[in-house]
Formats: sequence, structure tokens, C-alpha cells
Amino acid sequence: MEKGMNLTLIVWRQKDAKSKGSFATYAARAVNPDMSFLEMLDVVNDDLIQRGEEPIAFDSDCREGICGSCSCVINGVPHGGQKATTACQLHMRMFKDGDTITIEPWRASAFPIVKDLVVDRSAFDRIIQAGGFVSVRTGGAPDGNAILVPKEDCDLAMDAAQCIGCGACVAACKNASAMLFVSAKVSHLGLLPQGQPERDRRVLNMVAQMDAEGFGSCTVTGSCEAVCPKEITLDNISRMNGDYAVAMVKGK
Amino acid sequence: MNNLFHSTLGKKYIMALTGAGLFGFVVMHMLGNLQVFLGQEAINRYAHFLQSSKELLWSARIGLLVMVGLHVWSAVKLSAENKAARPVGYLNNPTPAAASYASRTMLMSGLIIAAFIVYHLLHFTVKVEAVNLVGLDFGKLHEQDLTGRLRADVYRMIILGFKVPVVSVFYMIAVGLLCLHLSHGISAMFQSLGLRNKAWWPVLQQSAKGAALVLFLGYIAVPVAVLLGLLKE
Repeated sequence: MEKGMNLTLIVWRQKDAKSKGSFATYAARAVNPDMSFLEMLDVVNDDLIQRGEEPIAFDSDCREGICGSCSCVINGVPHGGQKATTACQLHMRMFKDGDTITIEPWRASAFPIVKDLVVDRSAFDRIIQAGGFVSVRTGGAPDGNAILVPKEDCDLAMDAAQCIGCGACVAACKNASAMLFVSAKVSHLGLLPQGQPERDRRVLNMVAQMDAEGFGSCTVTGSCEAVCPKEITLDNISRMNGDYAVAMVKGK
Repeated sequence: MNNLFHSTLGKKYIMALTGAGLFGFVVMHMLGNLQVFLGQEAINRYAHFLQSSKELLWSARIGLLVMVGLHVWSAVKLSAENKAARPVGYLNNPTPAAASYASRTMLMSGLIIAAFIVYHLLHFTVKVEAVNLVGLDFGKLHEQDLTGRLRADVYRMIILGFKVPVVSVFYMIAVGLLCLHLSHGISAMFQSLGLRNKAWWPVLQQSAKGAALVLFLGYIAVPVAVLLGLLKE
């Protein structure tokens, strides 16, 4: 048998939204260092199923770091602390044989736990519905170069558009603030000409929805930026603060 | 207008704007204090100048009180909301990634500073004898100016007040916390007001720390000089 790493996992187990959860300890044996973190959990789950136990529920979809589904706090850091990396792209070679790893769900009152490591992130969907869109004429495809976009603005908008809405910013922030997510969406559309007609309305409505969902406020600790797998920066939060102030002063 | 007092962003603007105002006061206050090194005549003349126009004095006092009130109100309100947003923490309370000590302790440092300000006002402004630990009513310290008119002897009050080690140490701790608070607050207020960008942010952060250090040194210079006997009656 192939030799691998032996790890101890301390995992949050919670039957459903209503039950009180607790930590359970599992041994992960002969873990291949080339596995991703989620593949390691798959192997542990296979073992649990074979023993007739309930497997650990966790979110995953694309497993290539672009869908924003995976959501584990690994050793106290959302996505495990490797720079610009989602949990699905985190590999077991980052750990050492004999390590103890804690795995927890995102913790925020706006992200209620569904089961084990799975949380309900529909609060983000409602924030997008509140203003994270542009209303455009559909019809014949317009000429791609008809609207000029300055290169700098385009770059900044594309940087902001990288946000995959995973919620790691909320999970990392001591205030469970969603400012990085909301500001990425506000910046992404607010920087482009197509986003101008709804710019004031967008920031006011998205912030109102963010507050209504019960996310905290920004105390500029920078935790969100540090864990963001897409390296969204605090500059976006500042841009949103500015946009909101302008919209507020205009009395919109 | 409703948004200013009810949204999280609005409350952060209130926090940042009042913080900027109070920072301005802290700078002016330090410059005033440092005149003690110019001698008895200079500081007493300055103190008398500040006290001489009741109209301006009370405008300034009421303005400061309103700013402190709004700053504390927004801090307490936002902190309560933040606590409600994260009711359950992580195992073994890990330090949030990249968050500086100052940024994590703003509420605590702020509340201790508020408590100190109450003491400081009773000590040197209201001049309550019971809190100065000297056994002397500071309100009775007077001297004659060059024309022979009686005015408060602030110079002697400072020296007598800071000669008590406990009082000086409490003062220095409070000033240390104030500067810790400012080392984060000065740069964070630019962020809250939307005045940060890629080019200026590193400069702002370093300037905030530099300003906090200068303020700390400027403020502790007075009690340190008194304790070392460099400033004498």
C-alpha cells in the first residue's frame, strides 16, 4: 500500500439548521500529498460510508477554483490560508504528516448552517438582486468597440469582477462584514460606462440589502483581503464608500 | 439623511468625520501643552488666552462634546451590530488574518481613553481636589501677570499634578492607548470616507503611524520632564 500522511481532523458536525452542532474527531490515514483538500475529505467520507456513518457534508462544484462553492475554515482561516487559493485548490502537501487540522463552516449570522460545513449563502444572491446588474437593451449584438472604456478602468473592473462570491471575506472578518463582496460588485459595474445609469441606485440598494441581511461593518482590519482567493483589494471598499457618500449627498 | 444614521456606511462616515475633528483637537492640545517648556509666562498667558473668551471657549467645548458623543455612539452601535453578525466564533479563537492589534482593539482602547478623559477633565479643568492626590486645590493656584492682574497658574498646576507618579503613569498609559487608537484610526478614516487608493494607501498607513508616534512623544514629554525634575516650580 502506498505510504501517505496520517492526519487528525477535528470537524464541525451539525445534523441540520435547527440542531446544536459539535466537533468530532476523525483519523485520515494514508493521505496522498497530491490530493486536494476536498479529495481528502472525499476519502474520509468513503471510509465513513463504509462504516455506516453519516459522511461529512461540504459544498463543492467546479473544484478548479472558479465557482465559489467550497467554504471551509481550515485551521481558523477561510480556504486554509494559502495565498489566492480556494479550499478545492489547496493541496495536502501543504500539511505535514501527523498534523491536526480543524475544519469549520463559515461563521456568520447571515450565513446560517444548513448541515455540517454547508452554509446558506443566499444572502449574497439577494444583495445581487438588489442592484448587482445592469439594465441593457438586448437585441442585435452591438459593435464590440462602440463604447470606449479606458484601459485602466477596464483593468480595475476586471479585477473586481474576479470575485466568485464564495463568502470567505465574511468568514474571515471579525465583524462578519460583507463589504469586500458588495464593494467588488459595486466597483465592477460602477467602473464601466454601461453601469453608470444605475450607479447611485445600485450602491444604495446593495448596501441597504447588505445591512438588512445582518452583515457587520468594515473596521479596516484587512482580514478579508488577506484570505480572498481572488485577491480582491480593500481599494474596492473605499470606492464603494465614496460612491455611497456621493449617492447619499445627491439625496437619491 | 436617513441613510447617514441608519446604514453601516453612514455610521462609519460619522465615526470618521468626528474622528478627524478630534484628531485635530489632539494635535492642537499637544502644541498647547508643549508651551510649558517655554516657561511659566508663556503657558500661563496661553491658558489665559484660551479661557478669556467664554463665548469661544464654550463653542469649542460644546463642539468637542458633540463630536465625542457621536464618535462613541456610532462605535457602540456598530460594535453591537458586528457582534450580532458573528455570534459564534472559530475554535480556539484564532487571530483574524492580517488584522493588526490596534485594529482589533479599537473599542477597548477607545473606552479606556473615554474613562481617562473624564478623569483628566476632573483633574485639570474642573480641578476637583480629591482626584489630584496632591492635597491642594488647583483652583486656588494663581499668579500675577506683567500688568499685575491675577490669572490661573497653569504652570504650577502641571508640575504639581504630574509630580504624583501614579497620576503621571496613568496619563502616559492613556496617551499610549490614544496613540495606538490613532495609529489605526487616522488611516482607517480615509478608507471609511472613500479617500483611499492604491498609490496613497501605503503613505497614509505610514503617516498614521508616524503621526501617532509624534503625538505620543509630544504628550509624554511633559510628565516625563516633570518626573525627571527638568521642569521645576
